[in-house]
Amino acid sequence: MSIFVDKETRLLVQGITGREGQFHTRQCVAYGTNVVAGVTPGKGGQEMDGIPVFNTVQEAVRHTGADCSMIFVPPPFAADAIMEAADADIELIVCITEGIPVMDMLLVKNFLATKSSRLIGPNCPGIITPGQCKVGIMPGPIHMSGAIGVVSRSGTLTYEVVDQLTKVGLGQSTCLGIGGDPVNGTNFIDCLAAFENDPDTKGIVMIGEIGGSAEEEACAYIADSVSKPVVGFVAGLTAPPGRRMGHAGAIVSGGSGTAQAKIDAMLQADVHVCKDLGRLGELCGQVFKDTNQ
Amino acid sequence: MKIHEYQAKELFRNANIPVPAGEVAFSVDEACTTAENLGSYPVVIKAQIHAGGRGKGGGVKLANSREDVKNTASHILNMHLVTPQTGPEGKIVKKVLVEEGLKIARELYLSILPDRATATIVIMASQAGGMDIETVAAQSPEKIVRVSVNPLTGIQPYHCREVAFGLDLSPEVAKQFYPMLGNLYRLFVSRDCSLVEINPLVVTEKNAIVALDAKIDIDSNGLYRQKNLEELRDTDEEDPLEVEASRFNLNYINLSGNVGNMVNGAGLAMATMDIIKKAGADPANFLDVGGGANAEMVENGFRIILADKNVKAILINIFGGILRCDVLAEGVVQAAQKTGITVPVVIRMEGTNVEEGRRILAASGLNLVTAVDLKDAADKIAAIVKR
Repeated sequence: MSIFVDKETRLLVQGITGREGQFHTRQCVAYGTNVVAGVTPGKGGQEMDGIPVFNTVQEAVRHTGADCSMIFVPPPFAADAIMEAADADIELIVCITEGIPVMDMLLVKNFLATKSSRLIGPNCPGIITPGQCKVGIMPGPIHMSGAIGVVSRSGTLTYEVVDQLTKVGLGQSTCLGIGGDPVNGTNFIDCLAAFENDPDTKGIVMIGEIGGSAEEEACAYIADSVSKPVVGFVAGLTAPPGRRMGHAGAIVSGGSGTAQAKIDAMLQADVHVCKDLGRLGELCGQVFKDTNQ
Repeated sequence: MKIHEYQAKELFRNANIPVPAGEVAFSVDEACTTAENLGSYPVVIKAQIHAGGRGKGGGVKLANSREDVKNTASHILNMHLVTPQTGPEGKIVKKVLVEEGLKIARELYLSILPDRATATIVIMASQAGGMDIETVAAQSPEKIVRVSVNPLTGIQPYHCREVAFGLDLSPEVAKQFYPMLGNLYRLFVSRDCSLVEINPLVVTEKNAIVALDAKIDIDSNGLYRQKNLEELRDTDEEDPLEVEASRFNLNYINLSGNVGNMVNGAGLAMATMDIIKKAGADPANFLDVGGGANAEMVENGFRIILADKNVKAILINIFGGILRCDVLAEGVVQAAQKTGITVPVVIRMEGTNVEEGRRILAASGLNLVTAVDLKDAADKIAAIVKR
């Protein structure tokens, strides 16, 4: 099985006619995702590869029954796009856009608290349930259907991890990136809870990085509520304090948010910490050997 | 993005947040003129650099006469100011802020910043002004007043009361503090700040509340709608290679190690730096060329890495998804031919079109070391570093 997306997912793409939107919509369709609609204000009535384009999300939902939206809207308009999707009761909103001002995300996050929608991202690679549905920009072919759930704050680092898992024969139930921004939607704990409740996920890989305290909070949750084995990795041991390492949220400030603190929290929660990324696949092979049906 | 104290105080002044009278000076003469214009001594002369702890490094001094201003300003201007935040190399002071001296009754701390975990805007205050807040938090957390504001409602009078009572302000001072805090909150929100910090916020002997210091960081993602703030960027305060890299939209941070690296994606880039460290060397930089990198970006990345004379080897680590390995390989070959790479280069590629990418590298005749996976790349870097 999987979490959040599967072969029943009916995908809508906001910003479908833009360069990125078009390219990745085609990749998702090629992977087998059921893309039912696109939205670009002012281009309603057109089609993109036979996919109907609407002016508003409300209209797209009414005509196509879309229940998931993937957002490729540029940063100045992305917060608006997320809120429009939430107001149209889209169940799952996946925002790929990088560079949304924190102030916008603060408003979005508080608005979403009054809605039933789940947001993944922003500034994330999206989510994939191998063999069923890809909602994002990750390369599909490196994935393999299986029993390991992968959750990460990063993009290419997630691909690296997934690639190693696949190469040691460990398939994935669902892989998702929750994004590199300081204020995001779905967090580690939401994903851990969903993986814990998913009968077909037998083990979890959690990829963290410097900045904030999301990993520490997740580890407290793991200690209390997660029975499945967890392998953890944290990037940024060598990151200098006070500098933003590419991701807006990846910063060690005032001595907090260090990689070491996160690794310590993982060890305390009995997470199997990978200290050498090059051998993560091997480690997972050992930790998850009983779970690999 | 960081801005200087004098720039932050200008923003404060325009937002009706009281600051001492004063002006920035770029020369000793200007400093003297400004001091005279202030009308009375003592004046305070403050080095303007993008780092805290300036007082501890000797960058903040009182001056009691025109002669004193002349001596002090000539001492501070062009000095290598070393503070706990600059690193041992320090920073050259190119301007000073000359301000009226105030008679201070109380020193307080006040800051506003976003809280990632709760998605609120947090006001932090403490009666222990002048100390850095991390120290207060570690030694006496009960002294910190923390008030969370929901960004949808914005700041309300009760938020201001909570902070004012927490700081034990007299009614007379509190009456000035309420509008000041409201103005500060609105400045924070409207200017896309990621931090506003006043340390110290002082109550003078005449019971006036004044921002004696001012620190503002701007969210770079908000700069597209803050054009007049973008002009406050001071590239003198940044690493020249980082300034150069930013012109090509490369996400580059100069570090002190000797192994350069070029990676796509921030998380993988950090992990690659960690791998270099584990191999027994130190990363010379962080460089994320992004998912949409082209041959030109790869070439510029190379040039910037090689401009750092400490670099003894380079590790390229690309997980090709959207960025195809054959495109990367062509970029690397082009860059190598144009820039004349003089240090060993280890390339690890994986993902889309990797076979074609490896073929291009092999056929180039360049002296490039290909690694099959991350483990192999780490071993090969370790071997080079040990030589």
